[in-house]
Amino acid sequence: MTAASASGDGTAPKRTWPAVERGTVVRALVILGLLLVALLVLPSIAGADWITTFTSVAIYSVAALGFGVLYGRVGMISLGQIALLTIGCWIGARFSYATALPFPVLLLIAGGITCAIGTLVGLPALRLSGLYLALITLMFAGATTIVLSVHDFPSGGGGFWGRAGTGALTTSTPPVRRPSSAVTDVAYYRYTVVVCAILFLFVLLHIAGKPGRAWATIRESEPAALAAGVNITLYKLWAFALASFITGVAGCLLAAQVGVPRAITFQTQDSLTLAATALIGGIFSLWGAIVAGIFSQLLPFLFQAQWGLNPNFLLILFGVGLLQVLLTAPGGISQQLPRDLANLGRLAARRARALASGDKPVP
Amino acid sequence: MIEVKGLTVRFAGVTPIDDVSLVFPGGTCGLIGPNGAGKTTFFNVLSGFVKPAAGSIAAFGDNLLRMADYKRARWGLRRTFQTEMAIEQLSVFDNVAMIHEHSGAGRGSRNADVLAAIEFVGLEVSPKEKVGGLGARERRLVEVARAVVGKPRVVLLDEPAAGLPDEETEHLGQVIQKIPDRFGALVILVDHDMSLVSACCETTAVLDFGKLIASGPTAEVLRNEHVMRAYLGTEEEL
Repeated sequence: MTAASASGDGTAPKRTWPAVERGTVVRALVILGLLLVALLVLPSIAGADWITTFTSVAIYSVAALGFGVLYGRVGMISLGQIALLTIGCWIGARFSYATALPFPVLLLIAGGITCAIGTLVGLPALRLSGLYLALITLMFAGATTIVLSVHDFPSGGGGFWGRAGTGALTTSTPPVRRPSSAVTDVAYYRYTVVVCAILFLFVLLHIAGKPGRAWATIRESEPAALAAGVNITLYKLWAFALASFITGVAGCLLAAQVGVPRAITFQTQDSLTLAATALIGGIFSLWGAIVAGIFSQLLPFLFQAQWGLNPNFLLILFGVGLLQVLLTAPGGISQQLPRDLANLGRLAARRARALASGDKPVP
Repeated sequence: MIEVKGLTVRFAGVTPIDDVSLVFPGGTCGLIGPNGAGKTTFFNVLSGFVKPAAGSIAAFGDNLLRMADYKRARWGLRRTFQTEMAIEQLSVFDNVAMIHEHSGAGRGSRNADVLAAIEFVGLEVSPKEKVGGLGARERRLVEVARAVVGKPRVVLLDEPAAGLPDEETEHLGQVIQKIPDRFGALVILVDHDMSLVSACCETTAVLDFGKLIASGPTAEVLRNEHVMRAYLGTEEEL
């Protein structure tokens, strides 16, 4: 804590507040620690299929983060996130086959074009809200699925669609290229985690800054935001642009992860599943997006590959989880879990004290 | 000074403001009237949420009605709403800073201006505290701080004391009274609390069913028999 805390006055030199607080430092260290665990420890203890799954977790966390920015921050329900992920994936694949550009440039191109498309999709959001916006974006997701099922992903051919030969998948289809420094699965996993961490940081900077405050104002009340001088059109589109950009980059990461993306793996209903898991994870916290990534990618892997269960059971689990969140914890698991753990900790401490003092434990 | 000439607002079938002409000379001006008199509608016209059917509003010589709604904040118009609009997820500092960021005031003076506004309203909580955790009184003060930050020219306060106990209303009144001198802004105060209006406002205008029924020095206006009848529906003393 620095000096200029509660009682700042007009003559204080600027930029004394907000200074870096201890809480922020602790949080940054925890995040750094977790990142190091993810980068260094996990690859050495987890098997190959786990690493592939963790890569997907990171990628889908970013897609869920996009949903969280739109709904949690601005209050706009967009169910088109998976469609944008697909588009980013498609653009990444197309440019990978057509050019020899370095991978980071591919990421930026996929992010940039997806950003433009996503912002266009966001235009109705200026007039529509709630259910209607959700429907429009879901239709967009459906339309994307239909276009894909007709044309599928590029496979190294020419023309706009980039299909080679008959379109049938052959062993000769070259995989979407990965960065030369991260060709193996483990290296690519690390690469993905770093890129996703940068995207999270990018979003965090937005939320903590002027756009985040403007979004919070819009979410509270649009008339109040107007009276406060917020250009609502600009900031709503900005949110769509940000969400689409990060999702587009994530899509490009996904293209190189799967190597040969297929239309069949991107279903319209995935948009709903992502929205459900994002709500379960918590849309007001960046941690919620990571929980959503884990739920939507790690759980199916556990069910199917590890426990031999039908992953469709997950839909029931998500339904129950969603009900649970809506009824008891609007902030999702990322808000509920720390709270419950703190309660549990207090309970344990009370019991421990009671035991130490020789009394009967409090029931 | 704000000059309103022949202002008329019509919604399908009703006329919430009917050919009102009045002048807010400066300082703190009261705007009172029974429920449905058109006070909030008048604020909504000033904010740009409602387009009047006729009339003009000149604020310090500028034609306010020709300005886009969100640009009026940059011009210097601030307002609070009857329901409180402080943003729960943001800290006190961010709540006020957010207004400053869209006010056109320079980024360099932001932190100092924000802290000065928070201090001006007499908020004793830490600026880092989330507004969601504050009580009714503090939230109202945050709203006033939001209304005075970043070179305001006109501050519209819509029932700022609603729901506050008397002693807290008194503190709020003292804060409101100081706004014109401290920030050079014209304040228009809408409230049903006559003691607050008489304490703060040199001049007061009274609306009833969309018509102006009195305006002038507050003490005189409050003694006006039309006002008493409109307000109380009786001849009782206020």
